[in-house]
Amino acid sequence: MAQVERHAYDVVVVGAGGAGLRAAIEAREQGMRTAVICKSLFGKAHTVMAEGGIAASMANVNPHDNWQVHFRDTMRGGKFLNQWRMAELHAREAPDRVWELETWGALFDRTKDGRISQRNFGGHEYPRLAHVGDRTGLELIRTLQQKIVSLQQEDHREHGDYEARLKVFQECTVTRVLKEDEGGGTEESAGRGRGGKVSGVFGYVRESGRFFVIEAPAVVLATGGIGKSFKVTSNSWEYTGDGHALALLAGAPLINMEFVQFHPTGMVWPPSVKGILVTESVRGDGGVLRNSEGKRFMFDYVPDVFKEKYAQSEDEGDRWYEDPDNNRRPPELLPRDEVARAINSEVKAGRGSPHGGVFLDVSTRLSAEVIRRKLPSMHHQFKELADVDITAEAMEVGPTCHYVMGGVDVDPDTAAATGVPGLFAAGEVAGGMHGSNRLGGNSLSDLLVFGRRAGLHAAEYTAGLGGARPAVVEWQVDAAAAEALRPFSAEAETVPDGVPENPYTLHQELQQTMNDLVGIIRRQGEMEEALTRLDALRVRARRAGVEGHRQFNPGWHLAIDLRNMLLVSECVARAALERTESRGGHTRDDHPAMDRRWRKLNLVCELSDPADAFGEVSVGRREMDPIRPDLLALFEKDELLKYLTDEELDR
Amino acid sequence: MSTYTAHFRVWRGDADGGGLRDYRVEVHDGEVVLDIIHRLQATQAGDLAVRWNCKAGKCGSCSAEVNGRPRLMCMTRMSVFGRDETITVTPMRTFPVVRDLVTDVSFNYDKAREVPSFVPPEGVAPGEYRMLQEDVERSQEFRKCIECFLCQDTCHVVRDHEENKKAFAGPRFLMRVAELDMHPLDAAEEQGLDRKRSAQDEHGLGYCNITKCCTEVCPEHIKITDNALIPLKERAVDRKYDPLVWLGDKIRRRT
Ligand SMILES: Cc1cc2nc3c(=O)[nH]c(=O)nc-3n(C[C@H](O)[C@H](O)[C@H](O)COP(=O)(O)OP(=O)(O)OC[C@H]3O[C@@H](n4cnc5c(N)ncnc54)[C@H](O)[C@@H]3O)c2cc1C
Ligand code: SF4
Ligand code: SF4
Ligand code: FES
Repeated sequence: MAQVERHAYDVVVVGAGGAGLRAAIEAREQGMRTAVICKSLFGKAHTVMAEGGIAASMANVNPHDNWQVHFRDTMRGGKFLNQWRMAELHAREAPDRVWELETWGALFDRTKDGRISQRNFGGHEYPRLAHVGDRTGLELIRTLQQKIVSLQQEDHREHGDYEARLKVFQECTVTRVLKEDEGGGTEESAGRGRGGKVSGVFGYVRESGRFFVIEAPAVVLATGGIGKSFKVTSNSWEYTGDGHALALLAGAPLINMEFVQFHPTGMVWPPSVKGILVTESVRGDGGVLRNSEGKRFMFDYVPDVFKEKYAQSEDEGDRWYEDPDNNRRPPELLPRDEVARAINSEVKAGRGSPHGGVFLDVSTRLSAEVIRRKLPSMHHQFKELADVDITAEAMEVGPTCHYVMGGVDVDPDTAAATGVPGLFAAGEVAGGMHGSNRLGGNSLSDLLVFGRRAGLHAAEYTAGLGGARPAVVEWQVDAAAAEALRPFSAEAETVPDGVPENPYTLHQELQQTMNDLVGIIRRQGEMEEALTRLDALRVRARRAGVEGHRQFNPGWHLAIDLRNMLLVSECVARAALERTESRGGHTRDDHPAMDRRWRKLNLVCELSDPADAFGEVSVGRREMDPIRPDLLALFEKDELLKYLTDEELDR
Repeated sequence: MSTYTAHFRVWRGDADGGGLRDYRVEVHDGEVVLDIIHRLQATQAGDLAVRWNCKAGKCGSCSAEVNGRPRLMCMTRMSVFGRDETITVTPMRTFPVVRDLVTDVSFNYDKAREVPSFVPPEGVAPGEYRMLQEDVERSQEFRKCIECFLCQDTCHVVRDHEENKKAFAGPRFLMRVAELDMHPLDAAEEQGLDRKRSAQDEHGLGYCNITKCCTEVCPEHIKITDNALIPLKERAVDRKYDPLVWLGDKIRRRT
């Protein structure tokens, strides 16, 4: 039997970003003994990098804002593919989730009358993003982290132990969700099929390399995204799609995996920082996009569905910043998918900047002092990393892989994963909320709204089980340990040329494949080629080998992560091949138009053979529930006609 | 685009000991020290341990000492060094080594727990908080902290004095006390908690002799000493010796 450390908790949260921490706070406040597990140090999750803000219709800056307008914007941004009930809950609850942060010590930027200030962002009709300069994610995560500390201080006063009811296991990686034995008692039958309840998680401690099991009836996945499967990305090493893969392996399906958001503005130079994000606030605060001819090209790229909502001339766009009630917004503030495609086209047409991007200029519109105050970390980032002073010169920017709309298929109200009792998912790892394209600022609010719901319902689920908790099955623990150790014995296995594969090389090849063949613009032949290459990489990944020992060994960690990245990449490629239309974050060169018949179809990815972690993924189609009539009534019929089929509208 | 080969010396080892190891490694235009460490991992030392996340100076993970100076590796451009200069990268000295460039920073998380949290004002509902920009700005400066712990690493009070660690919270967490103390709506005082005094009595403010070394290494350019520590000291002193405050304290305590 494998050597493993054992713990038992009521609720385990995998992930310590905004979604995970908010879930943990809720579960603990519901009286559950709660564990949080994260790969990095506490307080370093991806959420810390969010810049622009958090969307909530508090109406502090424009009194016309309310949840209905926010809901409308979200559905438009997602091209109506959103799980509408999630979009509704999100729009309704976001303001409360932001205000609650203030009671935990958050200090947002203020309006003149002392309320939380809100800024403009792409696709949002009114100024809606609560922010702190351009470091909103840091404020969010620090506030949640400090709230957790304050709950721990409470426990210390009561029990003499900070960790009596809420413990953070930092620098630990979960590699398997464990499930109860469903009766067969053998490897073939137990815990593999759909329906078996969650019994806990298996993972390793990064520092020591030792294994651990946490027994728990409820597991909340809050692991974030998948961007590390792409070469040019704004995401960090943590974004290897772990939660997506853990769900698949546990028998829970993923939806909408074809929708990957490429943020229009990443840095393009120098090469070592290519992909690092340039926040949308630069445009929200007045930055304009120009091509090598000095032209504001976005005016040529306003799609029909948005024609009435955006300025037709530079003058009108400029006036909007001062007088938004009588002018329309400039097209630089179109949803991200539109702007990213436009930049891509300009560069392809030979009108790009010297390093293959376009120019983003804020220096012509704002004074140096205002830029330094409103965009301090962008100013710093360009100065330090690219020798560019954004108060005086334009930035060079181009699209970068940023966010995945697809994720675990969940119940909108409870965040429960489909088909696996006890499994929940919230934040970027969950699918549905953003449809085919996420609006800026809607992620941070999503984390809080559904993080809280996941924590709440995980707690209720555990409480509802009473004493009848699913047991951890020993052979699953042994199998998980053997799987994790395989990279150390790769050399011993029979391989054709006798040498193990270097995990770093495999990773680079995977990133190149996804970037080139399943990137921002997609074609059938290229995606088929990608699937062939992924097949080959999967075979080679079984032989990924590492040197050294188990103590803090990044090569080993990467070898383990490859399984997840390959699974997730296969989902993206297969679903993208299947969807023969262009919508939001999915653009097909060979099917350039949006097709109303695809609007209500979700593509559902599952593992063909749940027992084979390096196996194939199958894609199925599923119809979405019709949108509730009172929500449909929030739109003009003319607008709905662009998205919904006639039959849907007649109903 | 130009490429050259640099000479790196990287500390390799663990809690039982270790030493500097020499590497020759390629450097391209525009790269930072962290890029070079990553290249070493990918090509020569697959198991070289290092922490990082954002690669943009936002998460505070990649702290280390480069040529003896505490720095974020992702924000240290190779162009600041000469091409034939040897670049030495070592783990933060103040914290115990785990492996290679990774140190055990739990000291900081322990200290964070010792600072009493924000106390919300009674009778002010969520959504009703009103604060002016100029009043939140002072605390906002301190909330820019990315918890890289470089200031903690550099402060001489604990750098070579293990024995001081118990009593001294370090600049980052003294600054946290100042941040809460300057928060316009923190209601600690109403609950009988004097944050200024606790900085002195509980968190070791007295050890700080305002050398400003912490401010110098802060990658967020927070004026830790001038804006957090000195004001905290001044007011701690005010409190201790100002007879009126002293009297007020006595009276309030009795009621
Ligand atoms: C540069 C940048 C800027 C952004 N700006 C904005 C913005 O302004 N507004 C906005 O709304 N959104 C923004 N986003 C998007 C938003 O930040 C993310 O979508 C969001 O933070 C994701 O939060 P999360 O809680 O789902 O996951 P994360 O914050 O990514 O946290 C994931 C957690 O899961 C842990 N984890 C992962 N795998 C495992 C495993 N196997 N075992 C244990 N733990 C694991 C990680 O360690 C981490 O703690 C931005 C994103 C980026 C990259
Ligand atoms: S100013 Fe004080 S806290 Fe900062 S380094 Fe000097 S002694 Fe340490
Ligand atoms: S105050 Fe500055 S140096 Fe200290 S931990 Fe924070 S960011 Fe780092
Ligand atoms: S990697 Fe985030 S600060 Fe360097």
